[in-house]
Amino acid sequence: MPRLIKHGSIIDDAWQLMDPDCTVPAPDQICNLDQWLQLGDKNGSAVQLEPGQDPSCLFGALEDIDLLVINFPIFTDGRGFSYARDAREHGYQGELRASGHFIRDQLTYLQRCGFDAFQMADDSHLDAALTSLMDFTEHYQAAIDQPLPLFRRRS
Amino acid sequence: MYVYDQHDQKIIDERVAQFRDQTARFLAGDITDGEFLPLRLQNGLYLQRLAPMLRIAVPYGLMNSIQLRKLADISRTYDKGYVHISTRQNVQLNWPLLEEVPDILAELATVQMHAIQTSGNCIRNTTTDQFAGVASDELEDPRPYCEIIRQWSTLHPEFAFLPRKFKIAVCGSTQDRAAIHYHDIGIELVANDDGEIGLKILVGGGLGRTPAIGSVICEWLDKKHLLTYLEAILRVYNQHGRRDNKYKARIKILVRAMGIDAFREAVEEQWTALKNGPSTLTEEEIIRARSFFRDPAYQTLDTALAISQLEDDCMRDPIFANWITRNTQDHRLPGYRIVTLSLKATGFAPGDITAEQLELLAELSDVYAFGEIRSTHQQNMVLGDVQISALYALWQRLQAAGLATPNIGYLTDIICCPGGDYCSLANAKSLPIAEAIQTRFDDLDYVYDLGPLELNISGCMNACGHHHVGQIGILGVDKKGQEFYQICLGGNQAKDASIGKILGPSFQQKDVPEVIDNILSTYVTLRQEEESFLDTYRRVGIHPFKERAYAKAD
Repeated sequence: MPRLIKHGSIIDDAWQLMDPDCTVPAPDQICNLDQWLQLGDKNGSAVQLEPGQDPSCLFGALEDIDLLVINFPIFTDGRGFSYARDAREHGYQGELRASGHFIRDQLTYLQRCGFDAFQMADDSHLDAALTSLMDFTEHYQAAIDQPLPLFRRRS
Repeated sequence: MYVYDQHDQKIIDERVAQFRDQTARFLAGDITDGEFLPLRLQNGLYLQRLAPMLRIAVPYGLMNSIQLRKLADISRTYDKGYVHISTRQNVQLNWPLLEEVPDILAELATVQMHAIQTSGNCIRNTTTDQFAGVASDELEDPRPYCEIIRQWSTLHPEFAFLPRKFKIAVCGSTQDRAAIHYHDIGIELVANDDGEIGLKILVGGGLGRTPAIGSVICEWLDKKHLLTYLEAILRVYNQHGRRDNKYKARIKILVRAMGIDAFREAVEEQWTALKNGPSTLTEEEIIRARSFFRDPAYQTLDTALAISQLEDDCMRDPIFANWITRNTQDHRLPGYRIVTLSLKATGFAPGDITAEQLELLAELSDVYAFGEIRSTHQQNMVLGDVQISALYALWQRLQAAGLATPNIGYLTDIICCPGGDYCSLANAKSLPIAEAIQTRFDDLDYVYDLGPLELNISGCMNACGHHHVGQIGILGVDKKGQEFYQICLGGNQAKDASIGKILGPSFQQKDVPEVIDNILSTYVTLRQEEESFLDTYRRVGIHPFKERAYAKAD
């Protein structure tokens, strides 16, 4: 079973990507965007976005989604950072997972943008990666983890 | 200037620790070259042709004497005893060792300096007018807003992996000395019809392969919305900027593709969600930011006496008199002048300054200028507040140290990137071209007769030497492994911005000074009365210059 970082600890994970040819997900299956858009009942659904698929098409049904995965095919493509923030700022409360080829040095930024789960393509060093989540204890700007910018908190 | 409190210091210290760990992991082979690349770039570290280059941030070009001494010290301990002032007001070390960069960053942090986001596809150091706060044509000091932007953009979690680099400049005066039309975002402090000062926002300007003049996205924005509006622009860019081709990835390409009206609409839509949110500036925050840029302890001076002494000194010493004319400017207060120190002496790379000169500048700034020094995007240094009565003594010290070359704003005050001698991106060398031109035009009377003239040299299309906006621009190009130089004319970075036009086929290195000479003689022949090079060019067009430059020798 794949392991990932969720809420600051390493856990086993049962979610799997749905077969691209199927239309109805089994429990614990993640739809791609096309599959998700076709779903009649979106309650409890899971969906994965790729770069170029911005989350605005989910905004009408954010409450129904249990798991939103944002995939990073390459770590230098930063669109997913904005997608995550956009989804959270529109009220998404469920699990927000980064998957793919991001690197541990991006974890603090990803977390600040609203991700709470991290499924790294290479999951062999998750213990070490966990320490990177603690790189910064103070921030200037507002983000999802700290909605107040430093200038509203300075003392 | 801005002073860190415990929060600012903590952020910078944590960044140093993070990069120390990243460097150790890289050296141990735990991070690949490709993964380390953006990490080191966002800490200012390039791996260059001969050695790494570390670009140290100088937020909006302002430093104090303590920082200058630290830079001198670092350049001796970790480098070869000199540094380079970049065309974005930063300071570059040319020969540090990768292993020692974390130590250099730790030393910088002790004087409230860093190298954060001086490179990479992120929001870079915000730049401004080198005469901010002392200029006589200033509406409002832009530096508090630069500092607010610096804090917001520093380690911004959402915008660290943009399609491409992103540069912001702010200007608060009638004359634009910050080249805001050529930045991804340019901000100008302007008054609305009620006289209230707000922000005019330009977007999509830039140099590089496709030079573009910024378009107005907002005519007047209440200052309190500064950060939410910037955030909305950046979010549209981060989501929709092209990532398939690095030469088409800057925001100027997106703005052009969408059209400014559609782009504005997309920004406004994003902004609706952010406007009036927690990042809206509070009155207290604006007051706090401004409090760091209050007037220093100016004295009430006997200006008439000082001016009459200055006139006497000028009569006695024509070399000093000339320096006063060329290298000093009116201050907004009587009794003071702004002094620009030229880093463009012939025989030295434009923008280079030695450790000894840095220490001297630190001392002189303590004695004569409230301990503050500014770097300029023209690669010179400025003492902003010098009493008129102290100018002669200051000049003598500068003259002895080779820092009083009287050429500010003239032909030999060349803007020049480090080029092929250092930079691995360069197609051609730029420093020898600068030196050859300075050597050829060593007759100061001729140089002054030509009037104010910007000659800018870039060693490649990335345009670090801002060649598109020089009245004369020179671009190094590679033709089958040989270095050639393309010349463009008519660029201008002021408010009536224009992009230089290419003269014609490129020239060999050895011919460049002769070609420049021909261009200048054409101007001298054609000009009317006091007409500047740019005005003459705009009146007569490029053809007379072209004809002369490509005329076959008889």
